[in-house]
Amino acid sequence: MSQIVFSIVLAITFIVFAYSAIKIYKLFRLTKPAYPVRDFGKRIGRTIVNAFFQERIFRNRIAGFMHALVFWGFLAILVGSLEMVIDGLAGTERVLSFLGVFYDAIMAIGDVSAYVIALFIVIFIIRRTMLNIKRLHGKELSKKNHADALLALTMIFLLMVTLAGMNIFYLAGHNEIVGIYPISAFIAPMFAGISIETIHLLHEINWWGHILLIFIFANILPYSKHFHIFMSIPNVFFSRLTPLGKMTNMDSITKEVKMMMNPETAFAAAPEGEATPARFGILDAEDFTWKNYIDSLACTQCGRCTSVCPANITGKALSPRKMIIDIRRRMKEKGPHLVKDKNYSDNKALIRGLISVEEIWACTTCNACAKECPLNIDHPTFILDLRRYLVMEESAAPCELNAIFSNIENNGAPWQYSHEDRLNWVE
Amino acid sequence: MSEALKSKIEVPVMADVFATGKKPEYLFWVGCAGAFDNRYMKVAKAFAHILNKLGIDYAVLGKEESCTGDPARRAGNEMLYQMQAMTNIELFNMYEIKKIITICPHCFNILKNEYPDLGGNYEVINYLEFLAEMLKSGKLKIDKSKSQDKKVTYHDPCYLGRANDIYEAPRYIINALGLKNNEMNRSKSFALCCGAGGAQMFKDCEPGDKEVFIERTEDALKTNPDVIATACPFCMTMLTDGLKYKNKEEEIKNLDIAELIAEAMV
Repeated sequence: MSQIVFSIVLAITFIVFAYSAIKIYKLFRLTKPAYPVRDFGKRIGRTIVNAFFQERIFRNRIAGFMHALVFWGFLAILVGSLEMVIDGLAGTERVLSFLGVFYDAIMAIGDVSAYVIALFIVIFIIRRTMLNIKRLHGKELSKKNHADALLALTMIFLLMVTLAGMNIFYLAGHNEIVGIYPISAFIAPMFAGISIETIHLLHEINWWGHILLIFIFANILPYSKHFHIFMSIPNVFFSRLTPLGKMTNMDSITKEVKMMMNPETAFAAAPEGEATPARFGILDAEDFTWKNYIDSLACTQCGRCTSVCPANITGKALSPRKMIIDIRRRMKEKGPHLVKDKNYSDNKALIRGLISVEEIWACTTCNACAKECPLNIDHPTFILDLRRYLVMEESAAPCELNAIFSNIENNGAPWQYSHEDRLNWVE
Repeated sequence: MSEALKSKIEVPVMADVFATGKKPEYLFWVGCAGAFDNRYMKVAKAFAHILNKLGIDYAVLGKEESCTGDPARRAGNEMLYQMQAMTNIELFNMYEIKKIITICPHCFNILKNEYPDLGGNYEVINYLEFLAEMLKSGKLKIDKSKSQDKKVTYHDPCYLGRANDIYEAPRYIINALGLKNNEMNRSKSFALCCGAGGAQMFKDCEPGDKEVFIERTEDALKTNPDVIATACPFCMTMLTDGLKYKNKEEEIKNLDIAELIAEAMV
């Protein structure tokens, strides 16, 4: 009976998740190319260092350490969750126990992690709600964002409580134990006086509670900033391998410039398959690259980027975190319409809608945000693409910049000096 | 200032050298700031002086040099950037240039990382790494007594540091000069920008509570330095302005790493 119920619940979980995944997949199909994904060896190496060893997160020692323990604990607990799914479908009990010592280790790490993570989550909730930590606030974070964060923390807390409950009542209800549960083993004897039926019932409640919470959480995630859990590792894997200082080349411009510089080629047949893009740079959702969008899905709004941004630190309107949140917001708002009709317009745009021109021009391209992001989110590339739109489609650069453009064009220097004076420094 | 830098120095110009049938090993890319910024012209001169002293086979493009296109590109003008880049690449190829040494980190970054996309593939060397190498190999000799008892704080330019992971060469040089580098709280990959990158150098900043260069100058002042060492023309402009703003320009000097070497070189 319980196997049938479990199968149905699991099927529903997958169907709902697939529905969300297809919606997101369709949005990805709207995106533009960013760069070719090659060098899989290097990408795997980067993923191991950045994701599994949590390299970047340790730039912030205390919060980073806590995050790393939560992450590693999660990995161990994930094995247990997988076992629960198999048990639930097959009617077995602790089916992975044949793994022996490895099983003992995973269960032991999972058990300790459950308590550690529960404790950390309490600290995180206190930190977020009572301590005034600048990074966790900001004008770009709406009430909904804060509620989203607290919902995720609460879900994780309940997951850990039910996991601990499962372990405790498993120990209290069995004479022969598989796996090692260091902390639960201390707590289990406290329930010695309770009838074995009650113990079994409590185990069932925690078991079902835990797995149902996982199923519910998994289906909330695609609509939460905590989608991070699914998207962060892929985001690291797909992040660019080039130095942070490198800007992406606009090949469409290269073609035009080559034609200008070598007019004969202008009469040659245009290469096939490469239509001139509808727009230079990024104005709105239809211009996002796949990297912009995956960045926005992976972002969990931690604010490390904004906390190191020189413009933000000195009170300018720019917040790199906001830029990334705005990508997701705008895609959510306009994307589904674009899926149905690629020419859809709501007479709004990302630029001057969610993102002001002032924010775009405040960036110093210092790459502090990109360096700080534990997930390799690439804020500067996005901001520079917004500038490319403003300048090349609207000629809307600040007037001082228009002056340097004409200086560079006329004298080959941003300042108004003559070529002839280029060697004056030797005097 | 070293005596040699008070008078005119001899700098080989590519067109002249090429006309004699020779191909210099290195192109010294001076950059627009090296050519036109009154303060940074001295840095270009100091570096050329070091190259002369070392007997390096190099030349500059002189009147033929033109902006790399960096400020245009980072201000969103890809078209202008690519026109500049392709013109420069044609010139480099005409002179069969293989190795380029830069002083400006913005020029360095764009020549090294971005010109290859347009077919310009060269070995691009930042002057700090070049100088550190010359010190390590013993070709460049230093009289430590010339630079004693100065407290230095080195400001990492974004386009050498985070952009290209060059952190050790400048610190190696400062150390080799016998100087003590007191790190700012935010240094290396944590370093705060001077505020001039991404074409900010050429425009007013957006409204805010403070200018970035003041925030960064305060970082530097907290180390109580005699010298703020920089390695970028824009950082130099910003931090020199910061020292003026704080009325510290009499007590504290803002010098480029090349100038520190030129002073202590034997």
